Amino acid sequence: MRKEIVITGLGGQGIVLAGQVMGLAASLSDHLEASFTQSYGPEARGGACSAQLIVSDKQIHYPYVRHADILVCMSQGGYDKYRHTLKDDGILIIDQDMVRSLDSAPGDVFPVPATRMAEELGRKMMANIVMLGFVTSVTGAVSLEGMLSSVASSVPKGTEKTNIAAFNKGYDLGQAMLKARTKKAAARL
Amino acid sequence: MESAVLSGEHFFNGDVACAEGALAAGCRFFAGYPITPATEIAEHMSKRLPGVGGHFIQMEDEISAMAAIIGASCAGVKSMTATSGPGFSLMMENIGLGIAMETPCVLVNVQRAGPSTGLPTLGAQGDMMQARWGSHGHYEIIALAPSSPQEIFYQTITAFNLSETYRVPVLVMADEIVGHLSERVIIPDASKIKLQSRPRPKGRKDRFKPFHPGPNGVAPMAHAGEGYMVHFTGLTHDERGYPVMTAEAQAEMMERITGKIRRNLDKIIQVEKYRLEDADIAIVSYGISSRSSQAAVDEAREQGIKAGLLRLLTVWPFPEDMIRELARRVKCLITVELNLGQIHLEVQRCSEGKAPALLIGHAGGSAITPEEILEKIKKQASGS
Repeated sequence: MRKEIVITGLGGQGIVLAGQVMGLAASLSDHLEASFTQSYGPEARGGACSAQLIVSDKQIHYPYVRHADILVCMSQGGYDKYRHTLKDDGILIIDQDMVRSLDSAPGDVFPVPATRMAEELGRKMMANIVMLGFVTSVTGAVSLEGMLSSVASSVPKGTEKTNIAAFNKGYDLGQAMLKARTKKAAARL
Repeated sequence: MESAVLSGEHFFNGDVACAEGALAAGCRFFAGYPITPATEIAEHMSKRLPGVGGHFIQMEDEISAMAAIIGASCAGVKSMTATSGPGFSLMMENIGLGIAMETPCVLVNVQRAGPSTGLPTLGAQGDMMQARWGSHGHYEIIALAPSSPQEIFYQTITAFNLSETYRVPVLVMADEIVGHLSERVIIPDASKIKLQSRPRPKGRKDRFKPFHPGPNGVAPMAHAGEGYMVHFTGLTHDERGYPVMTAEAQAEMMERITGKIRRNLDKIIQVEKYRLEDADIAIVSYGISSRSSQAAVDEAREQGIKAGLLRLLTVWPFPEDMIRELARRVKCLITVELNLGQIHLEVQRCSEGKAPALLIGHAGGSAITPEEILEKIKKQASGS
Protein backbone atom coordinates (compact mmCIF):
# COMPACT_ATOMS: atom_id res chain seq x y z
CA MET A 1 0.00 0.00 0.00
CA ARG A 2 1.35 3.39 -0.98
CA LYS A 3 -0.65 6.59 -1.35
CA GLU A 4 0.68 9.91 -2.53
CA ILE A 5 -1.41 12.89 -1.49
CA VAL A 6 -1.13 16.59 -2.37
CA ILE A 7 -3.09 19.30 -0.59
CA THR A 8 -2.68 22.71 -2.13
CA GLY A 9 -4.04 26.20 -1.69
CA LEU A 10 -3.09 29.61 -0.37
CA GLY A 11 -1.02 30.58 2.65
CA GLY A 12 -3.44 31.19 5.55
CA GLN A 13 -5.89 28.44 4.53
CA GLY A 14 -4.28 25.92 6.86
CA ILE A 15 -2.90 23.76 4.06
CA VAL A 16 0.24 22.83 5.97
CA LEU A 17 -1.76 22.05 9.11
CA ALA A 18 -4.05 19.80 7.04
CA GLY A 19 -1.04 17.81 5.83
CA GLN A 20 0.39 17.64 9.33
CA VAL A 21 -2.93 16.37 10.75
CA MET A 22 -3.19 13.61 8.12
CA GLY A 23 0.44 12.61 8.57
CA LEU A 24 0.05 12.46 12.32
CA ALA A 25 -3.01 10.19 11.98
CA ALA A 26 -1.30 7.90 9.46
CA SER A 27 1.90 7.66 11.47
CA LEU A 28 0.81 7.44 15.08
CA SER A 29 -2.75 6.08 14.88
CA ASP A 30 -2.67 3.88 11.76
CA HIS A 31 0.99 2.87 12.38
CA LEU A 32 1.96 3.41 8.76
CA GLU A 33 5.09 5.06 7.44
CA ALA A 34 4.27 8.69 6.68
CA SER A 35 6.44 11.47 5.22
CA PHE A 36 5.04 14.96 5.14
CA THR A 37 6.71 17.86 3.36
CA GLN A 38 5.53 21.37 2.71
CA SER A 39 6.36 24.02 0.23
CA TYR A 40 5.65 27.69 0.53
CA GLY A 41 6.92 31.03 -0.65
CA PRO A 42 8.30 33.93 1.37
CA GLU A 43 4.82 35.40 2.04
CA ALA A 44 3.06 34.73 5.34
CA ARG A 45 -0.41 34.94 3.77
CA GLY A 46 -1.83 34.57 0.30
CA GLY A 47 1.09 32.90 -1.46
CA ALA A 48 0.79 29.51 -3.11
CA CYS A 49 1.51 26.66 -0.76
CA SER A 50 1.24 22.93 -0.73
CA ALA A 51 1.49 19.96 1.57
CA GLN A 52 2.73 16.64 0.24
CA LEU A 53 2.09 13.45 2.13
CA ILE A 54 3.20 9.93 1.37
CA VAL A 55 1.63 7.09 3.32
CA SER A 56 3.00 3.60 2.90
CA ASP A 57 3.36 0.25 4.62
CA LYS A 58 7.04 0.24 3.55
CA GLN A 59 9.94 2.56 4.33
CA ILE A 60 9.70 5.81 2.35
CA HIS A 61 13.00 6.89 0.79
CA TYR A 62 12.12 9.76 -1.53
CA PRO A 63 9.67 11.98 0.39
CA TYR A 64 8.11 13.92 -2.50
CA VAL A 65 5.00 13.15 -4.53
CA ARG A 66 5.57 12.18 -8.14
CA HIS A 67 2.21 10.67 -9.14
CA ALA A 68 -0.57 11.77 -6.82
CA ASP A 69 -3.33 9.32 -5.91
CA ILE A 70 -5.22 12.11 -4.22
CA LEU A 71 -5.12 15.81 -5.12
CA VAL A 72 -6.96 18.30 -2.91
CA CYS A 73 -7.15 21.84 -4.30
CA MET A 74 -8.33 24.81 -2.28
CA SER A 75 -7.25 27.44 -4.80
CA GLN A 76 -7.24 27.85 -8.56
CA GLY A 77 -3.49 28.39 -8.56
CA GLY A 78 -2.93 25.19 -6.64
CA TYR A 79 -5.03 23.26 -9.12
CA ASP A 80 -3.22 24.78 -12.10
CA LYS A 81 0.16 23.93 -10.61
CA TYR A 82 -0.48 20.37 -9.46
CA ARG A 83 -3.17 18.90 -11.75
CA HIS A 84 -0.49 17.30 -13.96
CA THR A 85 0.76 15.22 -11.00
CA LEU A 86 -2.59 13.46 -10.56
CA LYS A 87 -2.70 9.86 -11.77
CA ASP A 88 -5.26 8.95 -14.44
CA ASP A 89 -7.22 6.99 -11.88
CA GLY A 90 -6.51 9.48 -9.09
CA ILE A 91 -9.09 11.30 -6.99
CA LEU A 92 -9.46 15.07 -7.42
CA ILE A 93 -11.14 17.01 -4.64
CA ILE A 94 -11.71 20.74 -5.09
CA ASP A 95 -13.19 23.55 -3.10
CA GLN A 96 -15.83 24.37 -5.72
CA ASP A 97 -15.93 28.07 -4.87
CA MET A 98 -12.16 28.46 -5.03
CA VAL A 99 -11.42 26.35 -8.12
CA ARG A 100 -13.69 27.56 -10.87
CA SER A 101 -12.13 26.31 -14.05
CA LEU A 102 -11.19 22.70 -14.63
CA ASP A 103 -9.38 21.74 -17.86
CA SER A 104 -11.54 18.86 -18.85
CA ALA A 105 -14.20 16.77 -17.16
CA PRO A 106 -12.08 14.17 -15.42
CA GLY A 107 -13.62 10.99 -14.04
CA ASP A 108 -13.25 11.17 -10.33
CA VAL A 109 -13.75 14.75 -9.23
CA PHE A 110 -15.46 15.73 -6.01
CA PRO A 111 -16.57 19.36 -5.70
CA VAL A 112 -16.87 20.42 -2.06
CA PRO A 113 -18.08 23.82 -0.79
CA ALA A 114 -15.60 23.58 2.11
CA THR A 115 -15.03 27.31 2.61
CA ARG A 116 -18.77 28.04 2.45
CA MET A 117 -19.51 25.25 4.91
CA ALA A 118 -16.88 26.59 7.30
CA GLU A 119 -18.40 30.07 6.98
CA GLU A 120 -21.80 28.64 7.88
CA LEU A 121 -20.22 27.08 10.96
CA GLY A 122 -19.01 30.54 11.90
CA ARG A 123 -15.30 30.20 11.15
CA LYS A 124 -14.00 30.45 7.61
CA MET A 125 -10.58 29.26 8.77
CA MET A 126 -11.96 25.79 9.47
CA ALA A 127 -12.34 25.12 5.73
CA ASN A 128 -9.24 22.94 5.90
CA ILE A 129 -10.80 20.79 8.63
CA VAL A 130 -14.06 20.43 6.68
CA MET A 131 -11.94 19.35 3.74
CA LEU A 132 -10.05 16.82 5.86
CA GLY A 133 -13.35 15.27 6.92
CA PHE A 134 -14.37 14.95 3.29
CA VAL A 135 -10.99 13.51 2.22
CA THR A 136 -11.12 10.94 5.01
CA SER A 137 -14.62 9.99 3.96
CA VAL A 138 -14.12 9.47 0.24
CA THR A 139 -10.51 8.24 0.06
CA GLY A 140 -10.04 6.03 3.10
CA ALA A 141 -6.33 6.89 3.00
CA VAL A 142 -6.34 7.38 6.77
CA SER A 143 -8.69 6.02 9.42
CA LEU A 144 -11.61 8.01 10.81
CA GLU A 145 -10.57 7.30 14.42
CA GLY A 146 -7.01 8.39 13.70
CA MET A 147 -8.17 11.61 12.08
CA LEU A 148 -10.55 12.50 14.90
CA SER A 149 -7.84 12.23 17.52
CA SER A 150 -5.30 13.92 15.26
CA VAL A 151 -7.63 16.90 14.60
CA ALA A 152 -8.39 17.23 18.31
CA SER A 153 -4.71 17.26 19.27
CA SER A 154 -3.60 19.62 16.48
CA VAL A 155 -6.03 22.53 16.77
CA PRO A 156 -5.77 25.32 19.37
CA LYS A 157 -6.99 24.39 22.86
CA GLY A 158 -10.63 25.29 23.40
CA THR A 159 -11.51 24.90 19.70
CA GLU A 160 -11.53 21.09 19.62
CA LYS A 161 -15.32 20.77 19.68
CA THR A 162 -16.00 23.21 16.84
CA ASN A 163 -13.22 21.70 14.75
CA ILE A 164 -14.51 18.16 15.25
CA ALA A 165 -17.97 19.43 14.24
CA ALA A 166 -16.44 20.92 11.08
CA PHE A 167 -14.62 17.65 10.39
CA ASN A 168 -17.84 15.66 10.79
CA LYS A 169 -19.70 18.01 8.39
CA GLY A 170 -17.13 17.27 5.72
CA TYR A 171 -17.14 13.58 6.52
CA ASP A 172 -20.93 13.32 6.30
CA LEU A 173 -21.01 15.18 3.00
CA GLY A 174 -18.49 12.68 1.64
CA GLN A 175 -20.57 9.73 2.79
CA ALA A 176 -23.71 11.24 1.22
CA MET A 177 -21.89 11.88 -2.05
CA LEU A 178 -20.53 8.33 -2.17
CA LYS A 179 -24.00 6.94 -1.51
CA ALA A 180 -25.53 9.07 -4.28
CA ARG A 181 -22.85 7.85 -6.69
CA THR A 182 -23.48 4.21 -5.85
CA LYS A 183 -27.18 4.73 -6.38
CA LYS A 184 -26.59 6.39 -9.71
CA ALA A 185 -24.26 3.61 -10.81
CA ALA A 186 -26.82 0.98 -9.75
CA ALA A 187 -29.56 2.79 -11.65
CA ARG A 188 -27.45 2.66 -14.80
CA LEU A 189 -27.13 -1.13 -14.62
CA MET B 1 10.05 20.98 35.97
CA GLU B 2 9.04 19.47 32.63
CA SER B 3 10.64 16.34 31.26
CA ALA B 4 13.67 17.00 29.07
CA VAL B 5 13.33 13.63 27.33
CA LEU B 6 9.93 13.21 25.66
CA SER B 7 10.02 9.41 25.55
CA GLY B 8 7.45 7.99 23.15
CA GLU B 9 6.28 8.20 19.54
CA HIS B 10 5.95 11.56 17.84
CA PHE B 11 5.29 13.01 14.40
CA PHE B 12 7.94 15.73 14.29
CA ASN B 13 9.64 17.70 11.59
CA GLY B 14 13.44 17.54 11.50
CA ASP B 15 13.88 20.92 13.18
CA VAL B 16 11.74 19.97 16.18
CA ALA B 17 13.39 16.53 16.36
CA CYS B 18 16.76 18.28 16.41
CA ALA B 19 15.69 20.51 19.31
CA GLU B 20 14.36 17.50 21.22
CA GLY B 21 17.64 15.67 20.56
CA ALA B 22 19.54 18.61 22.02
CA LEU B 23 17.36 18.63 25.14
CA ALA B 24 17.78 14.87 25.54
CA ALA B 25 21.54 15.37 25.22
CA GLY B 26 21.47 17.80 28.14
CA CYS B 27 21.63 21.08 26.22
CA ARG B 28 20.42 23.83 28.54
CA PHE B 29 21.47 26.96 26.66
CA PHE B 30 20.49 28.11 23.20
CA ALA B 31 21.44 31.42 21.63
CA GLY B 32 20.40 32.18 18.11
CA TYR B 33 18.93 34.45 15.51
CA PRO B 34 15.90 33.23 13.53
CA ILE B 35 16.43 32.26 9.91
CA THR B 36 14.44 30.11 7.50
CA PRO B 37 14.61 27.08 7.43
CA ALA B 38 16.18 26.73 10.89
CA THR B 39 13.77 28.99 12.80
CA GLU B 40 11.67 26.11 14.16
CA ILE B 41 14.68 24.89 16.13
CA ALA B 42 15.01 28.23 17.94
CA GLU B 43 11.24 28.49 18.31
CA HIS B 44 11.00 25.05 19.88
CA MET B 45 13.97 25.63 22.16
CA SER B 46 12.46 28.93 23.32
CA LYS B 47 9.31 27.07 24.36
CA ARG B 48 11.04 24.11 25.96
CA LEU B 49 14.21 25.38 27.63
CA PRO B 50 12.62 27.46 30.41
CA GLY B 51 10.59 24.41 31.45
CA VAL B 52 13.67 22.24 31.93
CA GLY B 53 15.74 24.79 33.80
CA GLY B 54 17.59 26.10 30.75
CA HIS B 55 17.97 29.44 29.05
CA PHE B 56 17.14 30.75 25.60
CA ILE B 57 18.43 34.04 24.23
CA GLN B 58 17.54 35.60 20.92
CA MET B 59 20.70 37.48 20.03
CA GLU B 60 21.16 40.54 17.82
CA ASP B 61 22.82 38.46 15.12
CA GLU B 62 24.60 35.18 14.39
CA ILE B 63 28.05 36.49 15.31
CA SER B 64 26.93 37.07 18.87
CA ALA B 65 24.88 33.86 18.92
CA MET B 66 28.01 31.82 18.29
CA ALA B 67 29.95 33.87 20.86
CA ALA B 68 27.20 33.34 23.45
CA ILE B 69 27.19 29.56 23.14
CA ILE B 70 30.97 29.48 23.54
CA GLY B 71 30.62 31.61 26.66
CA ALA B 72 27.87 29.40 28.07
CA SER B 73 29.96 26.31 27.47
CA CYS B 74 32.95 27.86 29.27
CA ALA B 75 30.60 28.37 32.21
CA GLY B 76 29.84 24.64 32.16
CA VAL B 77 26.53 24.41 30.30
CA LYS B 78 25.97 22.32 27.17
CA SER B 79 25.05 24.85 24.51
CA MET B 80 23.83 25.06 20.95
CA THR B 81 22.85 27.38 18.13
CA ALA B 82 21.08 26.76 14.84
CA THR B 83 21.17 28.70 11.60
CA SER B 84 21.21 28.52 7.82
CA GLY B 85 23.47 29.81 4.98
CA PRO B 86 23.86 33.55 5.66
CA GLY B 87 23.97 32.98 9.42
CA PHE B 88 26.47 30.17 9.00
CA SER B 89 28.75 32.58 7.15
CA LEU B 90 28.52 35.05 10.04
CA MET B 91 29.37 32.34 12.56
CA MET B 92 32.63 31.38 10.86
CA GLU B 93 34.92 33.67 12.83
CA ASN B 94 33.67 32.46 16.19
CA ILE B 95 33.73 28.82 15.10
CA GLY B 96 37.47 29.40 14.86
CA LEU B 97 37.43 30.86 18.36
CA GLY B 98 35.60 27.78 19.62
CA ILE B 99 38.21 25.56 18.00
CA ALA B 100 41.14 27.57 19.41
CA MET B 101 39.57 27.71 22.89
CA GLU B 102 38.67 24.01 22.59
CA THR B 103 35.10 24.72 23.63
CA PRO B 104 32.44 22.01 23.31
CA CYS B 105 29.30 23.28 21.54
CA VAL B 106 26.95 22.29 18.75
CA LEU B 107 26.03 24.29 15.68
CA VAL B 108 23.18 23.14 13.45
CA ASN B 109 23.10 24.36 9.86
CA VAL B 110 19.79 23.66 8.13
CA GLN B 111 21.18 24.28 4.68
CA ARG B 112 19.31 26.26 2.06
CA ALA B 113 20.48 27.12 -1.43
CA GLY B 114 23.08 29.89 -1.66
CA PRO B 115 25.25 31.84 -2.26
CA SER B 116 24.09 34.87 -0.28
CA THR B 117 20.39 34.85 0.67
CA GLY B 118 19.76 32.37 -2.17
CA LEU B 119 16.60 30.30 -1.84
CA PRO B 120 15.45 30.68 1.80
CA THR B 121 12.71 28.05 1.68
CA LEU B 122 14.44 25.47 -0.52
CA GLY B 123 17.06 22.90 0.33
CA ALA B 124 20.66 22.39 -0.70
CA GLN B 125 23.86 20.80 0.58
CA GLY B 126 26.07 23.60 -0.62
CA ASP B 127 27.83 24.45 2.67
CA MET B 128 29.76 21.21 3.04
CA MET B 129 33.16 22.67 2.18
CA GLN B 130 32.39 25.78 4.20
CA ALA B 131 31.76 23.45 7.14
CA ARG B 132 35.26 22.04 6.62
CA TRP B 133 37.26 25.17 5.83
CA GLY B 134 35.00 28.19 6.40
CA SER B 135 36.92 29.62 9.34
CA HIS B 136 40.45 30.79 8.67
CA GLY B 137 43.53 28.78 9.53
CA HIS B 138 44.07 25.04 9.51
CA TYR B 139 41.95 22.92 11.82
CA GLU B 140 39.96 19.72 12.22
CA ILE B 141 36.23 19.77 12.73
CA ILE B 142 33.47 17.21 13.13
CA ALA B 143 30.38 17.45 10.91
CA LEU B 144 27.42 15.07 10.79
CA ALA B 145 24.73 14.77 8.10
CA PRO B 146 21.21 13.62 9.07
CA SER B 147 18.74 12.23 6.52
CA SER B 148 15.49 12.13 8.53
CA PRO B 149 13.82 13.58 11.63
CA GLN B 150 14.62 10.37 13.52
CA GLU B 151 18.25 10.55 12.50
CA ILE B 152 18.66 14.23 13.34
CA PHE B 153 17.33 13.45 16.82
CA TYR B 154 20.08 10.88 17.37
CA GLN B 155 22.77 12.82 15.53
CA THR B 156 22.19 15.89 17.67
CA ILE B 157 22.84 13.72 20.72
CA THR B 158 25.94 12.30 19.02
CA ALA B 159 27.06 15.84 18.17
CA PHE B 160 26.93 16.82 21.85
CA ASN B 161 28.74 13.64 22.88
CA LEU B 162 31.52 14.20 20.35
CA SER B 163 31.86 17.88 21.20
CA GLU B 164 32.14 17.05 24.90
CA THR B 165 34.59 14.19 24.35
CA TYR B 166 36.92 16.09 22.03
CA ARG B 167 36.29 19.66 23.18
CA VAL B 168 35.48 20.91 19.71
CA PRO B 169 32.48 22.62 18.08
CA VAL B 170 30.49 19.96 16.23
CA LEU B 171 28.38 20.79 13.19
CA VAL B 172 25.07 19.11 12.34
CA MET B 173 24.77 19.71 8.59
CA ALA B 174 21.07 19.21 7.94
CA ASP B 175 19.17 20.72 5.02
CA GLU B 176 15.82 22.39 4.45
CA ILE B 177 14.21 19.16 3.26
CA VAL B 178 15.13 17.20 6.40
CA GLY B 179 14.37 20.23 8.59
CA HIS B 180 10.85 20.63 7.23
CA LEU B 181 10.10 16.94 6.68
CA SER B 182 7.76 15.40 9.26
CA GLU B 183 7.98 11.70 10.08
CA ARG B 184 7.67 9.39 13.03
CA VAL B 185 10.30 10.04 15.69
CA ILE B 186 10.74 7.55 18.48
CA ILE B 187 12.35 8.97 21.58
CA PRO B 188 13.69 6.27 23.91
CA ASP B 189 13.66 6.28 27.69
CA ALA B 190 16.15 8.70 29.18
CA SER B 191 17.99 5.73 30.71
CA LYS B 192 18.70 4.35 27.22
CA ILE B 193 20.42 7.54 26.02
CA LYS B 194 24.17 7.49 26.65
CA LEU B 195 25.63 10.90 27.35
CA GLN B 196 29.25 12.00 27.47
CA SER B 197 30.61 14.99 29.27
CA ARG B 198 33.86 16.90 28.96
CA PRO B 199 36.89 15.71 30.93
CA ARG B 200 37.14 17.63 34.22
CA PRO B 201 40.23 18.66 36.16
CA LYS B 202 41.48 17.17 39.42
CA GLY B 203 44.22 18.38 41.69
CA ARG B 204 45.46 21.78 42.81
CA LYS B 205 43.59 24.71 41.37
CA ASP B 206 46.57 27.07 41.38
CA ARG B 207 48.75 24.66 39.38
CA PHE B 208 46.09 23.86 36.80
CA LYS B 209 47.10 24.13 33.14
CA PRO B 210 43.90 24.50 31.10
CA PHE B 211 45.40 23.14 27.87
CA HIS B 212 47.52 20.30 29.17
CA PRO B 213 46.19 17.25 27.30
CA GLY B 214 44.92 14.13 29.05
CA PRO B 215 45.53 10.54 27.87
CA ASN B 216 43.33 10.79 24.73
CA GLY B 217 44.88 14.12 23.76
CA VAL B 218 42.04 16.20 25.20
CA ALA B 219 42.70 18.60 28.07
CA PRO B 220 40.40 18.55 31.13
CA MET B 221 38.15 21.61 31.17
CA ALA B 222 37.67 23.86 34.20
CA HIS B 223 34.60 26.04 34.25
CA ALA B 224 34.52 29.76 34.85
CA GLY B 225 34.03 30.56 38.51
CA GLU B 226 35.32 27.28 39.92
CA GLY B 227 38.54 28.81 41.16
CA TYR B 228 40.94 27.24 38.68
CA MET B 229 43.47 29.48 37.02
CA VAL B 230 42.24 29.75 33.47
CA HIS B 231 43.07 32.01 30.56
CA PHE B 232 41.24 31.82 27.25
CA THR B 233 42.34 33.51 24.04
CA GLY B 234 42.05 33.11 20.29
CA LEU B 235 45.76 33.91 20.05
CA THR B 236 48.18 31.03 19.80
CA HIS B 237 48.69 29.91 23.39
CA ASP B 238 50.66 27.47 25.52
CA GLU B 239 49.27 24.90 27.93
CA ARG B 240 48.60 27.63 30.49
CA GLY B 241 46.44 29.42 27.91
CA TYR B 242 48.84 32.38 27.69
CA PRO B 243 49.62 33.89 24.28
CA VAL B 244 52.99 32.84 22.84
CA MET B 245 53.90 34.36 19.50
CA THR B 246 56.30 31.76 18.12
CA ALA B 247 56.29 29.12 15.40
CA GLU B 248 57.05 26.47 18.03
CA ALA B 249 54.01 27.36 20.16
CA GLN B 250 51.88 27.42 17.00
CA ALA B 251 53.10 23.96 15.98
CA GLU B 252 52.44 22.58 19.47
CA MET B 253 48.94 24.01 19.71
CA MET B 254 48.04 22.91 16.20
CA GLU B 255 49.30 19.40 16.94
CA ARG B 256 46.96 19.28 19.92
CA ILE B 257 43.81 20.62 18.25
CA THR B 258 44.22 18.57 15.06
CA GLY B 259 45.78 15.50 16.67
CA LYS B 260 42.92 14.87 19.10
CA ILE B 261 40.67 14.40 16.06
CA ARG B 262 43.14 12.71 13.67
CA ARG B 263 44.15 10.12 16.28
CA ASN B 264 40.55 9.15 17.04
CA LEU B 265 39.10 8.81 13.53
CA ASP B 266 37.92 5.25 14.16
CA LYS B 267 35.90 6.43 17.17
CA ILE B 268 34.48 9.49 15.41
CA ILE B 269 33.64 8.38 11.87
CA GLN B 270 30.33 6.62 11.34
CA VAL B 271 29.05 5.32 8.00
CA GLU B 272 26.31 2.97 6.92
CA LYS B 273 27.11 0.39 4.26
CA TYR B 274 24.07 -0.64 2.24
CA ARG B 275 24.27 -3.58 -0.22
CA LEU B 276 27.93 -2.75 -0.70
CA GLU B 277 29.58 -6.18 -0.13
CA ASP B 278 29.46 -7.29 -3.77
CA ALA B 279 28.79 -3.93 -5.42
CA ASP B 280 30.29 -2.94 -8.79
CA ILE B 281 28.90 0.57 -8.59
CA ALA B 282 29.22 2.39 -5.28
CA ILE B 283 27.14 5.46 -4.50
CA VAL B 284 28.59 7.80 -1.88
CA SER B 285 25.97 10.10 -0.39
CA TYR B 286 24.76 11.76 2.81
CA GLY B 287 21.75 13.59 4.23
CA ILE B 288 18.60 13.87 2.14
CA SER B 289 20.43 12.80 -1.05
CA SER B 290 21.27 9.44 0.51
CA ARG B 291 17.56 8.60 0.69
CA SER B 292 17.10 9.03 -3.05
CA SER B 293 20.32 7.04 -3.48
CA GLN B 294 19.00 4.16 -1.40
CA ALA B 295 15.82 4.02 -3.50
CA ALA B 296 17.94 4.00 -6.67
CA VAL B 297 20.19 1.22 -5.35
CA ASP B 298 17.14 -0.96 -4.57
CA GLU B 299 15.73 -0.35 -8.05
CA ALA B 300 19.08 -1.10 -9.71
CA ARG B 301 19.42 -4.36 -7.75
CA GLU B 302 15.93 -5.32 -8.91
CA GLN B 303 17.15 -4.83 -12.46
CA GLY B 304 20.16 -7.06 -11.79
CA ILE B 305 22.76 -4.31 -11.39
CA LYS B 306 25.12 -4.66 -8.45
CA ALA B 307 24.86 -1.22 -6.89
CA GLY B 308 25.52 -0.28 -3.28
CA LEU B 309 25.54 2.78 -1.06
CA LEU B 310 28.09 4.18 1.35
CA ARG B 311 26.04 6.58 3.47
CA LEU B 312 28.15 9.09 5.35
CA LEU B 313 26.73 9.84 8.78
CA THR B 314 29.97 11.68 9.56
CA VAL B 315 31.15 13.83 6.66
CA TRP B 316 34.04 15.50 8.50
CA PRO B 317 36.52 14.07 9.30
CA PHE B 318 36.22 12.44 5.91
CA PRO B 319 36.34 8.61 5.79
CA GLU B 320 39.42 8.63 3.55
CA ASP B 321 40.48 5.03 4.16
CA MET B 322 37.03 3.68 3.39
CA ILE B 323 36.91 5.47 0.03
CA ARG B 324 40.44 4.20 -0.78
CA GLU B 325 39.40 0.65 -0.01
CA LEU B 326 36.16 1.00 -1.96
CA ALA B 327 37.89 2.47 -5.02
CA ARG B 328 40.13 -0.60 -5.21
CA ARG B 329 37.22 -3.01 -5.50
CA VAL B 330 34.41 -1.27 -7.42
CA LYS B 331 34.10 -0.30 -11.09
CA CYS B 332 33.01 3.22 -10.33
CA LEU B 333 32.08 5.62 -7.55
CA ILE B 334 29.20 8.07 -7.87
CA THR B 335 28.79 10.87 -5.34
CA VAL B 336 25.23 12.13 -4.96
CA GLU B 337 24.86 15.52 -3.27
CA LEU B 338 22.82 18.73 -3.57
CA ASN B 339 25.64 20.95 -4.81
CA LEU B 340 27.86 21.18 -7.86
CA GLY B 341 30.53 18.86 -6.45
CA GLN B 342 32.03 19.29 -2.98
CA ILE B 343 32.25 15.91 -1.23
CA HIS B 344 32.70 14.65 -4.80
CA LEU B 345 36.13 16.31 -4.77
CA GLU B 346 37.07 14.36 -1.64
CA VAL B 347 35.85 11.09 -3.15
CA GLN B 348 37.87 11.86 -6.27
CA ARG B 349 40.97 12.61 -4.18
CA CYS B 350 40.69 9.46 -2.10
CA SER B 351 39.86 7.17 -5.02
CA GLU B 352 43.42 7.90 -6.24
CA GLY B 353 42.53 7.07 -9.81
CA LYS B 354 41.74 3.43 -8.96
CA ALA B 355 38.12 3.88 -10.05
CA PRO B 356 36.41 6.72 -11.90
CA ALA B 357 34.63 9.10 -9.51
CA LEU B 358 31.48 10.64 -10.96
CA LEU B 359 29.03 13.22 -9.63
CA ILE B 360 25.26 13.55 -9.58
CA GLY B 361 24.44 16.97 -8.22
CA HIS B 362 22.71 20.22 -8.94
CA ALA B 363 22.75 23.71 -7.48
CA GLY B 364 19.93 23.13 -4.98
CA GLY B 365 16.25 24.03 -4.73
CA SER B 366 14.88 20.50 -5.04
CA ALA B 367 15.86 16.98 -4.00
CA ILE B 368 17.67 14.71 -6.43
CA THR B 369 15.23 12.07 -7.67
CA PRO B 370 15.92 8.32 -7.51
CA GLU B 371 15.29 8.21 -11.31
CA GLU B 372 18.22 10.53 -12.05
CA ILE B 373 20.51 8.32 -10.00
CA LEU B 374 19.18 5.10 -11.47
CA GLU B 375 19.74 6.40 -14.98
CA LYS B 376 23.41 7.10 -14.26
CA ILE B 377 23.84 3.72 -12.57
CA LYS B 378 22.36 1.97 -15.61
CA LYS B 379 24.58 3.93 -17.96
CA GLN B 380 27.67 2.95 -15.99
CA ALA B 381 26.55 -0.67 -15.76
CA SER B 382 25.99 -0.98 -19.49
CA GLY B 383 29.23 0.81 -20.30
CA SER B 384 31.38 -1.54 -18.21
